[in-house]
Order: sequence, then C-alpha cells, then structure tokens
Amino acid sequence: MLRRQLIRHGEAIVLITLGGIVGANLRYAVGAAAGDALLVTLLVNTLGSFGLGLLLFDARADEILTKRLRYVFGTGFFASFTTYSTFVADIALTAPELAVPYIIASYASGFGGVLVSRKIVAKTSKTAIQPPTPGDD
Amino acid sequence: MEVLLISIGGAVGAVLRYMVGQLIDNTSFPWATLVVNALGSFILGSVIFGVSDSDILLLVSVGFCGAFTTFSSFSFQTVSLWEQGEQRAAFLNALGNLTVSLLAFGAAWLLIA
Repeated sequence: MLRRQLIRHGEAIVLITLGGIVGANLRYAVGAAAGDALLVTLLVNTLGSFGLGLLLFDARADEILTKRLRYVFGTGFFASFTTYSTFVADIALTAPELAVPYIIASYASGFGGVLVSRKIVAKTSKTAIQPPTPGDD
Repeated sequence: MEVLLISIGGAVGAVLRYMVGQLIDNTSFPWATLVVNALGSFILGSVIFGVSDSDILLLVSVGFCGAFTTFSSFSFQTVSLWEQGEQRAAFLNALGNLTVSLLAFGAAWLLIA
C-alpha cells in the first residue's frame, strides 16, 4: 500500500520535500530573529496565507505556475511555513485575556491575506478567476 | 544541527500531510486539513508536556508538527467554502479546526502531564 503510493507520488513527494524543508527552516528563522512568539506565528501565518492564495488563485485564472511548482511552493513551502499546531499551543499556554484577541487577529489576518491575494490575482490576470473545483486545494 | 533536525521534521511533516490529503476525500469538506491540524496539535502537546530534550523538540515541534499542520491551506479552504456560498461549512471549518485541535492538545496534556 505505502510502496505503491510512494511509486505513484514520487515526483510530488520530492518536490514537496524541498518546499517543506525551506518552509520549516524559514519559519524557525523568523522566530529566532523576532521576539514575541505569538506575533511570529501570526506573521508567518498571514504571509503564508497570502502567498498560498496567490498561487492557488493563479491556478484558477491564468495558471502561470505549473502543477509542479504548486507542489514546491504551495503544498511544500507555504503550507509548511505556516502552522496550526503552534497556533493552538500558543492559545492554550498564553494568558486567557490574550487568547481570544489572538484567535480573532490570526483568523482575520489569515483570511484577509487570502482575500488580498484574490484581489491581486483578479487585477493582474487576463482570465477571470474560475470557481473552485471542490477538493482541488 | 538545528537546520538538519528541522529539515528532517519539516520534510516528513510536509510529505505526510500530502499523503493524508491523498487518502481522504475532500470534495465536500476539507477533512484532510482538519485531520492533520488536530493530529499535529496532539503530537505537539505530547512533546511539549512529555519531552525536555531540545533536539527532539526541534525535530518534532518546529520541524514535523510545524510542517504537518497548516494555517495557509486552512485559510484558503475556509475562504473557498465561503465563495461557493457554503457559509455554514466555512464557519464550521473555522470553528471546527480550532475546537478539535484545542481538544487534541488538551488530550495530550491530560494523558502526559
């Protein structure tokens, strides 16, 4: 089962590995460079949501980037650069009066990042953004 | 050494996330992202409360859990559901990821701490 999966998805796995390595290390580097852990998580999640949005809306419009590049940058880099588990640990381990504003700020900026990327792709693409194919992202 | 540990964890986390996405049917709802976020939160809770070795923490928390779970796909999928007129599903996705992942993190604390 796993062996068949590995053979079938070999190329995607290599590309996602590359993106994942860079994404995880860059997230750590941002954390090491900046001070506040909550702000770091919020920042990487916002930037990553915006970046992934550019990539996936482009896929539904002009499709400048190939599927291979989407594996490297989307499933690999941006999805690994952003993180949900650290966000959850932050909420659980921070002061209760900080947790709710932090959740609201994280969601607002994450969704906001996606919406801004949508506007940019819509403005710069020759083709209109097509409706999503369910399960495609 | 730090880079190596984070790279191994990050690579394994990203590839496993992709595999979970291949194995789960996501056509009606982004279940795969919910699964990786909840499972990753449980694993992160387990190492935060159960492991003190800084190398293992880098490998598993920063590397593996950080890459296995994802906020960007979650954001994009929530917005996608909303644009398709599935406001209820978008709302459930936003709330569901948070609730289930927090419960998973709490379960790790109960089991280990």
